[in-house]
This record gives sequence, C-alpha cells and structure tokens, in this order.
Amino acid sequence: MRGASQAKWVVAAVAVALAATACGSSSSNGASDGPVNAQGTFSYQSSEPQNPLQPANAMEVGGGRVLKNLFKGLVDYDPATGKLRNQVADKIETTDAQNYTVTLKSGWTFHDGTPVTAQSFVDAWNWSANTKNNQINSDWFSDIQGYDAVHPASGAPTADTMSGLKVVDDTHFTIALTGPVSYFEYKLGYTAFSPLPKVFFTDPAKYGQSPIGNGPYKFVSWEHNKAITVAAYDKYEGVDKPKNSGIVFKNYSQSEAAYKDLVSDNLDVLDQVDPSDLASYKSDLGDRAVDQPQGAIQNISFSLYQDSWKGQDKAKVRQGLSMAIDRDTITKTVLNGSRQAANSWVAPGAMGYKDNTCGEACTYDPAKAKQLIAEGGGVPGNKITVLYNADGGHKEWVDAVCNSIRQATGVECVGDPKPDFKSARDLVKNKKVDGLMRTGWVQDYPLNANFLRDVYGTGAAANDAGYSSPEFDKLAAEADKATTVEKTAELYQQAEEQLAKDMPAIPLWYYKTTAGYSKNVQNVKYDSFGDPVFTQVEVKQK
Amino acid sequence: MGRFVARRLLQMIPVFLGTVTIIFFMTRMLPGDPAAAMWGDKAADPAQLAAFKHRMGLDVSTGQQYLDYMGNLLTGNFGETMAGRKVIDVIGEALPVTIRLALLAFVFEVVVGVTIGLFSGLRRGKAFDKTALVFTLLLISIPVPVLGFIFQNVFAIQLKWITPTVQDSMNLGQLMLPAIVLGSISLAYVARLTRTSIAENIKSDYMRTAIAKGLPRRKVIGTHLLRNSMIPVVTFLGTDLGALMGGAIVTEGIFNVKGVGNALYHAINLNEGATVSGFVVVLVLVYLAASLIVDLLYAVLDPRIRYA
Repeated sequence: MRGASQAKWVVAAVAVALAATACGSSSSNGASDGPVNAQGTFSYQSSEPQNPLQPANAMEVGGGRVLKNLFKGLVDYDPATGKLRNQVADKIETTDAQNYTVTLKSGWTFHDGTPVTAQSFVDAWNWSANTKNNQINSDWFSDIQGYDAVHPASGAPTADTMSGLKVVDDTHFTIALTGPVSYFEYKLGYTAFSPLPKVFFTDPAKYGQSPIGNGPYKFVSWEHNKAITVAAYDKYEGVDKPKNSGIVFKNYSQSEAAYKDLVSDNLDVLDQVDPSDLASYKSDLGDRAVDQPQGAIQNISFSLYQDSWKGQDKAKVRQGLSMAIDRDTITKTVLNGSRQAANSWVAPGAMGYKDNTCGEACTYDPAKAKQLIAEGGGVPGNKITVLYNADGGHKEWVDAVCNSIRQATGVECVGDPKPDFKSARDLVKNKKVDGLMRTGWVQDYPLNANFLRDVYGTGAAANDAGYSSPEFDKLAAEADKATTVEKTAELYQQAEEQLAKDMPAIPLWYYKTTAGYSKNVQNVKYDSFGDPVFTQVEVKQK
Repeated sequence: MGRFVARRLLQMIPVFLGTVTIIFFMTRMLPGDPAAAMWGDKAADPAQLAAFKHRMGLDVSTGQQYLDYMGNLLTGNFGETMAGRKVIDVIGEALPVTIRLALLAFVFEVVVGVTIGLFSGLRRGKAFDKTALVFTLLLISIPVPVLGFIFQNVFAIQLKWITPTVQDSMNLGQLMLPAIVLGSISLAYVARLTRTSIAENIKSDYMRTAIAKGLPRRKVIGTHLLRNSMIPVVTFLGTDLGALMGGAIVTEGIFNVKGVGNALYHAINLNEGATVSGFVVVLVLVYLAASLIVDLLYAVLDPRIRYA
C-alpha cells in the first residue's frame, strides 16, 4: 500500500513539474533535497478558526485546514489529479445514483482508540445536519432523505435522525437520497461528512475545543489566536500516511508578516503570498516558490435574459468580445501573474477538466473579433458595461479588460462598479443587469460537474447569465444519471462543448496558488483547493 | 485628597456608561449582518442563520439587545464571540501581551525622551540640541508602519539579529523591537516637551535662588528643575499610556504580536460587536484610571497644587 502511494506521488510530481514548465514559470522540483527527518515538525501560515473545531463547522480556511488533518471521511480527493480515492470506505455502491450502500474498511480507529464504525458516520451526520447544533455546513446534508425533519426550513427540528441513513452492521450502512445525484460520492470527500467518536456526543462543546478525530494527525493543543498544534497519529490507516511528525498552524493576522517569517525560515509553509510581495517572491524564494492553478475561475457573464442579448447570431458577438480580450497580457501585468489565462469553463485540477474547450474563441485576435461582432449584427448601442463589486479589488482588471475590448474592436466599454459585494449580488441574483457582469466560481469539490451543472444548468442557483440550452441540459441530465463518476465527467465534457458554441460567459482566468516554503522542508505540493498536501511535507535533517 | 479621589471615582460612572452605550450602538450600526458574514461570500442557509441569530441573541430588537448587554455587563458577563468563546477569555489572553508591550514602549520613551529633552534644554542652541531637534523631527515625520518595516528589514532580514516577527508574544526580549517602534513617535514628543519646559523653568526665580543657596548642581537640576518641568510631560504621558494600552493595530500587525490591537482587528473584521464592546469597556477603565493617576501626580510634582 505504501509503495503504491509513493509511486503515485512520483507521477504527481512529474505532472506538477510539467504543468509548471508549460505555463512558463520556474520549475518547482524543490530545492536541493536532503535527508529527511521523520521526527521533524513544520509550521504553516494559518488564521484563528471562526468556530469550534467540529467537522461540519468550518467554512473558512482557518478552521477548515485543521479539520482536514484531524478528520478523514469515507473518501477524499487525490491532491494531484482531483480524483476520488477511498479512505475509510472500502467501497460505495449504487445502481441508481440515489440509493448507496457503503462498506467500511476495518481497522480504522479514532485518536482515543475506539473503532470507526458505520454508527460513527450516521451519528455524526445526523448531529451535524440538525439545525439546533448550529453547524455552519449543515445544508451539505440536504440531499439525504429525512433532512427536512432535522433541518426544517423554519421552526424546530421534528426528529434527531434522518430516515435516509440506516446502519446495517459495524462496517455497512445505507444512504437514501431524495433524488439521483451521480456525483454524491464527490460531495462525500468534504470534511463535513467525517465520522465522530461516541465520546463527542457527551460534550460537543468540549470536543470542539479539543477534537478527537480519525485523521492523519491528532490534536495536541489550541492556543487561541496564537497556534494550533497537531501530531502525526501512528495508527492512521489512510493511504496518505504522514511523512512528518506534526504541524504547527501558526496564526498570522497580516500576510506580510508571514511572508517575512518565511523568507527568514521562521515559518515553513506559506498559505498565500501577500499582494505587495507578489512581484518579487519568485526571485526571493527561487525553487521554493509555488505557482499553480487553483480550482476557481473568473468569468464575465452576459445578461442573456435581456432582449438585446437574445437571438442565435448574438453568440457570434459574444465570441467576438471574448477574442478581443488579451488575457495573457492582463494576467501578467495588471494581475502580477497571480492568475492564469483561461481557455475552458472548468478550472484545471478538477476531474474532467479538458484543456482548451473554448478553443479559438478564447485566443486574442482583434481582426477576427471585429469580424465576428460585425457578422453577429454588432453590440447593441455599440456600448457595453461590466458590472462588478468595488470592494473586491476588481476595478483594475475590469478596466484593463474594457481597454482591451475598446482597442481591439472599437466597442465602447466601461466598468459599472457597485459599492459592495452584497449590492452587486442583489442586482445579479434578481436578474436586473443589462450588459455584462463579473461572475466567478470556486469549486465545492474538484469535479467538472460542479463548474458546469451548478453554473450553466437551466434554473441553477448560480446561473447568473440566465443561460438555458436544451442541448446542455439534456447532456447534463444524462450525466447526472450515470452510475460512475468517470462517465459523469465524460458526459459533462460533452456538455461543455455547448458552452463554446453559445458563450453565455467569457472565461477570463483561473485563480492560482502563489505560495512558497522555507529551507527546512521539501516535497511541498498544493492541491486544487490551494491547500498544501500536509501529510507529504518532508522536514529536512539539520 | 480622599474627597477628591471619591469625587473623581463617582464622575467615572456616567463617563463609563456613556462610552459603553455609544460603542454598543456604533458596533451595531456597522453595515452587514454579523451572523450572515460567517458564510463569507456564499449564501447562508436561512434555517441555520436563524438558529445562529437566536444563539447570539441577535433575533431581538437593538433596544432589547442593549438592555441584555448592559444587564450582563453589570454581573461581569461580557458575552460570547461568534465562535462561542467567552469575550472575557479573549481579553484575558490579549491584555497581558499588550501590558508588556505598552510598558516596554512607555519605559523606553520616558527614559530616552526625558534624557534627550533634559540635555537639549540645558544646552540650548548647542550642537546636541540641534542634533536632537533634527532627530526628533525625523521620528515625528516617519509613519509607524514605515519605521516598522525599516527595522524589520535592517535588523531581521539584513543583520539577522532577531526574527522578523515576534515568535512568543509573552517574551519581553522579543517584544523589545516592536516596543521601540511603538514608542518612537511619543519619544519625540516627550523630548520636545521636556526641552521646552526645562528651557523655560531654568530662567525662573526659584532656580536662581537654589543656585544662589549654593546647592550642588545635581540637586538643583534633579529636585528643582526637572521635577517642576515634568508637569506638561506627565499630562502627555498619561494619555499616551492609555493609547498604548489600547493596542497598536499597525505595529502588532507588522510584528505579529497577539495583543489587544490584533484581537480588535480580528473582531472588527468579523463584525463581532460583543468582542469590540468588551475591549472598549476594559480600555475605558484603563483610560479613566490613567487620567486619575496623572491628576494625583501633579500634586506630588508641584507642592503648590493641592486637592480638596
């Protein structure tokens, strides 16, 4: 098992190195590798968790990254490929994508020595979904039958358990959903679906301060606002056994301070380089600088619900506008290289990501852009506006995109700032935008369905463009009924092709993890969530 | 004297209640829903949001929240943070750090500031006075963040004498550099104030008398000149100590010190009214105590001042 996971990592390292060379950045093979001290611990730039450390109670990275190491669910995502891999689950079977039978591996234990059983999962999920337990991610369980009883839309819960969860024996339980969700297994990789030991339920508040999990690391201490310390758990049964003996999550309120500590080797692994050091971090850190795409994308969407953007020939205008944007130059200059030009609607690192699905329509070509806009009957009024929220640091790039469009096509383009996220969001949500708007998507789980179904499906909550394509919906519905995730991903790739034809949203660029690590550690990789792969970090011998 | 102190203590009550009331309503008037803010950019689940608001006591009118808060405050209950921790615990962690940092900065500015001011005042117009003038003007004109970054770069990154940030916020040795940065601007003011005061008093009648009596120079300057010249400086130092105790958001941020400034910054970002109010309550008490001590010190410094 260990040999296999090592081999996997070699492949992963090569993949990362290739990706890094492909986008023209310095290679991240790691600085001079030295002998490893398996007893070594390392520190990581973190922030104070907003909530007690309970698995379904972290939406921010401060708590989320600690929980990810303390708990392990049925499955998780391979950090290199985003593919699902079994952890506590031996297998998860379904014939209709609605009723699942879960078989657990035996031998997994919590940090207090008690075994991880089917009951540990069912109890944990029932507890986390219950409104009265105030878990911030309680709505992640909404696919499960009986969720309404523990989490009614209003009022007090009428039950303590969800009828869709049934324990068969110690190693088996069944999940019944309210409808078919083919990628439900992908959702199961989220920390909210972790098991909890029996002792947790005796005093949830106490165990929110000193959690007992089943993950690769066990809890040691939490000095509020200063640091959280965890140590490797020697009886951890997962495929990703820690190669170091512990992590100190060091609290920083300013990322500049963390960066200075990293440069002087007082901090080992960075979360994100602060904006003011972005320009110089690659020369400061050399081989230890990290620069790779994250599972998030920035788009400009069209208000397709307005008459001015309806009609088949307007798709050509939208493609033309996309080709008028010089993504490479804007990401390099205005955005300081902190973004990577996009050529598809799914961020790399997600399963089912396909390079260049946008094709020619996402390449900068002023002549072709002009021609397409003319063929499509031109932009209404020869003027467009791009709505954005002024409190998110978007002004610079919106102006740059507008300049690019204006220079390439002669179409007048101006930014339309709204004071804050909420007021911009209200207009977008209520479909009151006339023109273009900034939209973005951060993955919930690394699967292309999350970037496509939840953003471009007819009536989807995040379908800000009001896009509705029978072809896309048909392929998406087929994909949702598939019984394997591979098949789902493949069918969604076909659905994505429809987006290239209709261009409801212009993909601009993917977010990137811009980080680094100190001279004390090596083998530091980041996954598509922007988290370092904690268990694989190696501490060098002094 | 006793009656004076008693009167001052009584006066503190309306001041205290007034500031707490103002800050309570100010934090509640901040835009945005603190409970919904826990979901960040994502839409909050309505059922869970309602449950959160109920737990935080945010589902009643602002007037009722105020009454609840004041009622709790009188029994020593400062409320809870969004994360469900007691605000008093958060204050208890941050305050000892800030007390250390503030006292270090205070000692630094008093010792160095008064010394520079004294010698400049005694040697008006000489080279030392001119140098001190340039030095203090320079300190006053450099913003604290700039000074912080310069010190960090020179002493930590270039010379490697220290670590760029404070690794243990309770360690006095490590707090030395942030304390110097924090105290430097006040140091300049203390030096200027002391110099002016000394330069004025050195020409006064009692000084001439003391010198004429044949008192040793050390005693003339120490007991007569310096003591009398300290009154404006003590007034400044009193309010400055209050300001130092209020934490330094910028300096604590640069050096990653886990003090009051840091905790306030965190609480304001999360829109945690209870935590912000809690800190302000404690800081108001510190300020009031500091100003009372300053008033009492006047009488110690100048025998002509009597309190009845």
